[in-house]
Amino acid sequence: MEIKEIYNSMTYGPAPESADEAIHFLESHKRKFKLFINGKWVAPSSGEYFDSIDPSNKKKLAKISEANETDVNRAVFAAKKALPEWVKIGSHQRARFLYALARQIQKHSRLFAVLESMDNGKPIRETRDIDIPIVARHFYHHAGWAQLRDSELNDYEELGVIGQIIPWNFPLMMLAWKIAPAIAMGNTVVLKPAESTSLTALLFAEICQQIGLPNGVVNIVTGHGKTGADIVNHNDISKIAFTGSTEVGKIIRRATAGSGKKLSLELGGKSPFIVFDDADLDSVVEGIVDAIWFNQGQVCCAGSRLLVQESVAEKLYKKIKARMETLRIGNPLDKSIDIGAIVDKAQLDTITKMVKLGVDEGNTINQPSWSCPKEGYYFPPTMFTEVSPSATIAQEEIFGPVLVAMTFRSHKEAVKLANNTRFGLACSIWTENINLALDIAPQIKAGVAWINCTNVFDAAAGFGGYRESGFGREGGKEGLMEYLKPKIEASFSDQPISLSKHKSNGTLKKSNTNLGIDRTTKMYIGGKQSRPDGGYSEVVSGVNGEYIGEVSKGNRKDIRNAVEAAHSCSKWTSMTGHARAQVLYYMAENLAIRRDEFASRIVQMTNQSKADGLKEVDLSIERIYTYAALADKYDGHVHHTIHRNVTLAMPEAFGVMGIVCPDDFPLLGFISTVIPAISMGNNVVVIPSEKSPFSATDFYQILETSDVPGSAINIVTGQKDELAQVLAKHDDVDAIWYFGSKESCKDMELLSADNMKRTWVNYGKYRNWLDKAQGEGGEFLKNASQIKNIWIPYGA
Amino acid sequence: MKVKHMKSNKNTQPHHKRNEGIPFDASLFEDINVNRSAVERRAATLSGRRSVKKQWQAAWLLKAVSCIDLTTLAGDDTESNVLRLCAKAKSPIRLDLLEAMGMKDAHIQTGAICVYHNFIKDAKKGLTGSSIPIAAVSTGFPAGNIPLKERLKQIELSVAAGATEIDIVVSRDLVLRSDWKTLYDEVSACRKACGDAHMKTILATGEIPTYTKVAKASWVSMMAGSDFIKTSTGKEPVNATIPVSLVMIRTIREYHELTGYKVGFKPAGGIGKAKQAINWLVLIKEELGDDWLTPDLFRFGASSLLGDIERQLEHYVTGRYSASFRHPMA
Repeated sequence: MEIKEIYNSMTYGPAPESADEAIHFLESHKRKFKLFINGKWVAPSSGEYFDSIDPSNKKKLAKISEANETDVNRAVFAAKKALPEWVKIGSHQRARFLYALARQIQKHSRLFAVLESMDNGKPIRETRDIDIPIVARHFYHHAGWAQLRDSELNDYEELGVIGQIIPWNFPLMMLAWKIAPAIAMGNTVVLKPAESTSLTALLFAEICQQIGLPNGVVNIVTGHGKTGADIVNHNDISKIAFTGSTEVGKIIRRATAGSGKKLSLELGGKSPFIVFDDADLDSVVEGIVDAIWFNQGQVCCAGSRLLVQESVAEKLYKKIKARMETLRIGNPLDKSIDIGAIVDKAQLDTITKMVKLGVDEGNTINQPSWSCPKEGYYFPPTMFTEVSPSATIAQEEIFGPVLVAMTFRSHKEAVKLANNTRFGLACSIWTENINLALDIAPQIKAGVAWINCTNVFDAAAGFGGYRESGFGREGGKEGLMEYLKPKIEASFSDQPISLSKHKSNGTLKKSNTNLGIDRTTKMYIGGKQSRPDGGYSEVVSGVNGEYIGEVSKGNRKDIRNAVEAAHSCSKWTSMTGHARAQVLYYMAENLAIRRDEFASRIVQMTNQSKADGLKEVDLSIERIYTYAALADKYDGHVHHTIHRNVTLAMPEAFGVMGIVCPDDFPLLGFISTVIPAISMGNNVVVIPSEKSPFSATDFYQILETSDVPGSAINIVTGQKDELAQVLAKHDDVDAIWYFGSKESCKDMELLSADNMKRTWVNYGKYRNWLDKAQGEGGEFLKNASQIKNIWIPYGA
Repeated sequence: MKVKHMKSNKNTQPHHKRNEGIPFDASLFEDINVNRSAVERRAATLSGRRSVKKQWQAAWLLKAVSCIDLTTLAGDDTESNVLRLCAKAKSPIRLDLLEAMGMKDAHIQTGAICVYHNFIKDAKKGLTGSSIPIAAVSTGFPAGNIPLKERLKQIELSVAAGATEIDIVVSRDLVLRSDWKTLYDEVSACRKACGDAHMKTILATGEIPTYTKVAKASWVSMMAGSDFIKTSTGKEPVNATIPVSLVMIRTIREYHELTGYKVGFKPAGGIGKAKQAINWLVLIKEELGDDWLTPDLFRFGASSLLGDIERQLEHYVTGRYSASFRHPMA
């Protein structure tokens, strides 16, 4: 084009980024990549390769190895072999390696950016300005954590060999989020990149070689889903970290159930983008561009549901439509491109199908007037307006550049609409009123809340979901915890702790507790003593088979009622930590008054000495004190992220938790599990010890006299494992703790997969509840809460 | 690459309707809330989102030249340097370079000459035979803290002396105290005094504490009939920045949507590099559209920018990095 013509039209021209260096890299491997195992390039034992395609032009970039079970075994073996030495070299040496990785990534940043863009189809602007800088930052940040592990995290130790499976939408970024914390904490890894985007992981492998990372610390095995399954199912893997679809996340949850493999899952989303009427609408529009047209909308935390206050909706829609016109789609390697190619045909087909469905369902579609390039996999930015929550496109994740918009009338309705989803990854809240913003953020069920911004990430802040968006965090101190375990776990017993038996003497117990009046032990639901729905009772016998009493036989309807009651109690959750502490102290006070009675009950049920019974009561009182003390002290962080903002990492209650108490220590087992859960503001449904339930049922008299809001604690007695299964299958229970048999732990994890409820189970290991180190502390609170990161940018 | 834009308006430079202003109405701007962080984020990413290379870069830089208000506002200005400036304005780019770019007959000249009142007569002399407008800074430039009566008198004198564009400064005092009605009245009076001369209203954004206030001051200035709104005098500690420009041009867009009037925009001060000029043009194109990429609606207030553009253009033509002494000085 002539200069004069451009001078008059002021159009943009092509501004291509050179692919030469990236092509040189591909050629250096003869466009055929082996597996990276034990620090060496190894041909796949299957002999099979598959193509990696540039989605912007459908051209083959390279052949990638298909790793089979033998290859995965080799990789895991190499990682296992490397582990002892990697642990032994210590914090500082590991820090040096992570630092070197960060430096190398920075030095080769453009090569990584270009390669990523070619392989994935995302614009070079994003890989160059966002993905790769975040990757380098992640390694720098975790080089720091590596350095500090021995001093700051001394109560924890590494897990072992970590299996990591990452998605195609942010290939190298997801690799960094997985590998950096894992190896910084002294673990070794086997990582599988997504089959469509393996190349930057393979370039990263080269960098590992260059810096002399010890062989086997990082292993990269490429392949499809089967390769991932081989990693998931490998016995020598201690943890699986997965980012991808909710569907596959659930499969992994089920596959690893009961195995004791630690799990972190970062899954899908349908994140709300909430615009209040006092927001800076022009900035909102750019926020929407960053929310849903960033990376072609193929972002798990994409702000895909626009909720806008009715009064400004039309004005905002008009602005968005105008902005859609100026977005530029095309060759991802062009520096003036906003939207690149969809990763592959399958994804493009999914998006196309969903959009067609949206139209068929009668939603109003808006697309720019320009058309997409024909030669690659492209999809134009799309906005549906006048969408109702019942529309499929409002509920299902589309994973493409498709925004669905709906209006709300009030703040309350905005929250309800925002939470009307099975997902809970992120939310974005736009208002110039800080009071409103900080009121709304905690009410949204999401692991990340961005105030007046969206899709901002940093290594220092945790990222991860609520609900079916998965669990675990990546980034921040909360993310490190996913790659560590408490050292104390090594001292748990394989057998239930045997209580010291007092000389058998049935008459003693009777004389102590039989008041001569028949007692009916009820359940406790919704702040009331309630009879079992089924109308049955069960006889509870003592250790020598003698009759002790009857307990209500709860059934699934009682569990249902208890969960409903627990959900009705917002009072407990909204109380301040101080106020909850006051209630707990009061509880301890009332228990102390009835010390003797509770001790006698323990003696009756367990046949221990009175002294042991008293000891258990005293410890229970002390334990309540511990959590009362922590209720206003177990708090969050303000993370040092790289943007100008305050990033609050706040522990939040899950909501409703199911607590399945240990069988032993009738009172202490109940107290040790229920009190930490409620101290964080959860409402709980408790299934007490099946063989010794009376300490728990006696306890509701304490609850009634201690100002505990009705419904904060609900107690359902009966057959433990049967009731526990109903709880695990309940979709409105957010988390479940189970202490009992190994087999049932597996059931809990299996059944919890459907709604991705958080599980904390003992895998057949037993804590000695009498031992403070094992029976109480921050670990319990960590498992009774989840971290929400709230990003609050500021500036006058 | 196939990119098609619906609004690929050819830049035929239509004569837009001059902004006549509208009655003062605080309800149009009092609810404005500009989010600084979000504005800065947009501003920071904009230059990474667009890049112009090769002949596009050359064409865009020539466009930038056509939008420069070539300025001298120094205490030691005399007739001789003003005359040199005029000569440069008429012939800003070496002829051989224009020829090499096929732009010899494109009448490339700067958007205007900008001087103090006392040098209008010299500028007039220097610009004889050209259509380049003379802009005079007025109203007690740069602080503006003289009686309104005096300010209006200055405008009238400058217009009478031959200035066809008047750059006025707003009373920061009124902006800081949010006395918008008085500000409106003052700017309206200035506009009246300008008559047919086009008025550029300088907000001196470096002295306005918040973006929200910048936006409100922009609204008041446009309502009062400004033809352009301008960031800075060049004398404040902080001059034109991309974020503050973004805030101002978004108000221009809203004002246009509301009234149909297109108000021009002039960033001034601290713009010395060709790369910066491209960034501003990108900003205008992206946020206001191609209609604004004309000297009728966009100007740079700059003195050293031209020199850098000349060197970049020579590099485009020859492939060799240039030196400033290879280009005639102003």
